[in-house]
Amino acid sequence: MSTILIKGARPYGEDAVDIRIEDGRIAAIGPGLAADGAQVVDAAGLVALPGLVDLHTHLREPGREDAETVETGSRAAALGGFTAVHAMANTDPVADTAGVVEQVWRLGQEAGLVDVVPVGAVTVGLRGERLAELGAMADSAARVRVFSDDGHCVADPALMRRALEYVKALDGVVAQHAEEPRLTVGAQMNEGDRSARLGLVGWPAAAEEAVIARDVLLAGHVGARLHVCHVSTAGSVDILRWAKSRGVQVTAEVTPHHLLLTDECAETYDPVFKVNPPLRSDADVQALRAGLADGTIDAVATDHAPHAVEDKESEWASARPGMLGLEQALSIVVQTMVEPGLLDWRGVADRMSVRPAAIGRLDGHGRPLAVGEPANLLLLDPTHRATVDPAALASRSRNSPYAGRELPGRVVATFLRGAATVMDGKAQK
Amino acid sequence: MKRHLLEAADLDRADATLVLDTAGQIESALAGREVKKLPTLRGRTVVNLFYEDSTRTRISFELAAKRLSADVINFSAKGSSVSKGESLKDTALTLEAMGSDAIVIRHQASGAPHRLAQWVKGSVVNAGDGTHEHPTQALLDAYTIRQRLGRLDGVRVVLVGDVLHSRVARSNVWLLSTLGAEVTLVAPPTLLPVGVGSWPVQVSYDLDAVLSKADVVMMLRVQAERMNASFFPSAREYSRRYGLDARRMAVLPDDAIVMHPGPMNRGMEIAAEVADSARSTIVDQVGNGVSVRMAVLYLLLGGAPE
Repeated sequence: MSTILIKGARPYGEDAVDIRIEDGRIAAIGPGLAADGAQVVDAAGLVALPGLVDLHTHLREPGREDAETVETGSRAAALGGFTAVHAMANTDPVADTAGVVEQVWRLGQEAGLVDVVPVGAVTVGLRGERLAELGAMADSAARVRVFSDDGHCVADPALMRRALEYVKALDGVVAQHAEEPRLTVGAQMNEGDRSARLGLVGWPAAAEEAVIARDVLLAGHVGARLHVCHVSTAGSVDILRWAKSRGVQVTAEVTPHHLLLTDECAETYDPVFKVNPPLRSDADVQALRAGLADGTIDAVATDHAPHAVEDKESEWASARPGMLGLEQALSIVVQTMVEPGLLDWRGVADRMSVRPAAIGRLDGHGRPLAVGEPANLLLLDPTHRATVDPAALASRSRNSPYAGRELPGRVVATFLRGAATVMDGKAQK
Repeated sequence: MKRHLLEAADLDRADATLVLDTAGQIESALAGREVKKLPTLRGRTVVNLFYEDSTRTRISFELAAKRLSADVINFSAKGSSVSKGESLKDTALTLEAMGSDAIVIRHQASGAPHRLAQWVKGSVVNAGDGTHEHPTQALLDAYTIRQRLGRLDGVRVVLVGDVLHSRVARSNVWLLSTLGAEVTLVAPPTLLPVGVGSWPVQVSYDLDAVLSKADVVMMLRVQAERMNASFFPSAREYSRRYGLDARRMAVLPDDAIVMHPGPMNRGMEIAAEVADSARSTIVDQVGNGVSVRMAVLYLLLGGAPE
C-alpha cells in the first residue's frame, strides 16, 4: 500500500503539521516530516478531521436503483468527507434478514469508497407487527448493531419495549423514527402558521415529542440503549436533555437540513422541500443548534434520501418526502455551527465522527487523528465557497434542497484506511 | 394585474378592486343585450383542467370564457390520460403545446396551481386547490357583498363552519381583510387550523354571541363525514351549535345578508327557510360568479379595460 505525506494540514483546525500515512494507518504526525518517496499531498491551510460517519443514509439498493445505488451513494458520501455510512433498512426487499443486510454490506465492500454499514429493520417488512431476526443480522457478515424501521415509527409501545430489551444482548441500539402515526395522518408539513395558510395538512411537533417521551421512559425502565433519528423540534431537545439528566442511555441525531431550513421553504409548494419529519420553525432550528452545541444532540446524520425526478416533480401532496444530504452535510455544519461559533473543529469531529461511530459500535472509525490510528480522515478547505448545482452531484438523484445556495467548505480529500477515495475534490473511483 | 391568479393572499387592494370594478363594467356592458357576448378574447384558448368534480365551477368558468369569445376546452381528469398515470407536468405541457393561453385548474392538492405556474408560459387561474384557496369564489363573494351593501370597508363578515378544510374560507379571509372588511371566524375549535391566530381575523366558538353585530354571515359547507374523524360528535350537535336557522337569522341586523358558496347541506349548516329567505344571496352569488370570472380572464388575457 502506498505511503502518503500530507503537508501542512491543520488537525482539528489547530497548528499546521505533516501527517504520514503508511499501511493504512497514521504513521507519524509532526512538523517537517521527510517525503522519503511518499506521495505528497499539499494541504496548506486545510483542516484535517477524522473521516465522517453517517448514522442515517438511504442508498435505495436493492429496489430503487434508479434513484441511488450503494456505489453512487458511496461516492456521494466520500465526496462529503464520509468514511462510513449506515444504510437504512427501508429498501425493497426490506433489510430485515441476514441475506439482505449481507448483500448491502457486500455491495459496499465492492464499491470500496466508504464502509457501508447496513441498518437492520426492527420489525418484519417494517410493518410494526413482530420483530425481525435481529440476532441473525447482528451475527451476519454485516455485523448489524443499529436497528431501525426508519420511515415508519415503531408505534406499538409493547413492541418497542421488546425491541429495546432484545437488542441489549446484541450490543445493539434501536434507532427510532419518532412519529405517532395517528397524529400525522396525511401530514404534509410542520403544523403552524404556515400550514394553516398554505392549506397543507399539519405534522404537529407533539407527534414526535410524544414518542420520544414514551421511548426514553421505556429505555430507562429496561436499561437499554435508544437512539432517536432526525430530531426536529425544540420540545424534543428539551425531552432529551431531561432524559440524559436522569441517566437514560439515549442518543440523538439532527439532520443538516433541520439545522438550516425552515417551513418557510414550503411556501413555494416545491416538494424538493418536503421531508419527514418536516422542516420546522426558526425557533426549532435555533433549539436544535443549541442542542447540538451542548451535546444534548449527539450527532449530525444526513437522512440522505434520493428520489427519482418523477417522485418530486409533482404536486406537493403526491411527492415523496426526503432530500439529498451527503455531499453538503459538512458545509451546512460549517455554516450553521462553526461560523457562528457554536462548535469548534473538535466539536465537529465529535458530532460527525466520534459519537456516531460509538453509537453504531464501529471499529476503526471515529478515532482521533493520532499515530497508530486507522488513516480515516478528510481534508477540508473551510474558506472555499461555492454554489450548489444539483446536476454536478455524484448522487444519482437531483433532489437537493440547497440548489443555488452558496455554502462554505469544500472537501478536498478523503482517505479510507490510507487510500484516497477523494483527491482534489474528485472521487478516485 | 399579475400573470396568474393563484391565491387571494397575493392580491393587493388595487388589483382586487380592479377585478370587482371590471366585473361591474362587464355586467353593465352586457345588460339588456340580446347577444350576451363580448369579442375580447376571440382567438384565445382557455383550458378548464379539472381534477375534481365541480360542475358548477367548471360551468361558470366555461360560460365566462365563452362570453368573452374565447375557445374553451374542458379537460376532466376522469376518462383522460390522467387516469393512465400522466403527471400534472406532462398534462400541462401537452395542453400548452396545443396552444392554450390560460389554464383554469381545479385540483385536490393544495399548491397544484403554483406548480403548474412554474411549468407553463401561459396564465394559470386557480379554481380551487385542495384546502388552500379558491380565489374567484372570494372575488365573487366580495362583489356580491359590495353589490348588496354598497361597500366593503368596515363591513363585519362572520364566516361559520369548517374553516380547517375550506379553501373558500382561506380566500375570503385574505381578500376581505385586504378590502377592509372585519372578518370573524366561528367554528368548533377542531375545525379551525392551528395557526389561525396569525390570520387577520377574530375567532369565536359561539355563533350566538356574534350574530347581532354581523353585516354578512357566510356559511361554509360542512361534510357530515367529518364527524367520523371526531371533528364533532354528530351532525345534529353541529347543526344545533353552528347551524343558521330562522331563530338565529332573526337576531341579525335588518340589512344583514346570508351567503353560502354552495353546494348547501340544507338542514345541516343552513336551514331551508334561511337559504330561501330575502336575506340570502346564494342565487346572486352564482350569477356574479360568471361576471367576476369574465373579469379575471379579461384582465389576465385581454389587457386593460376599455
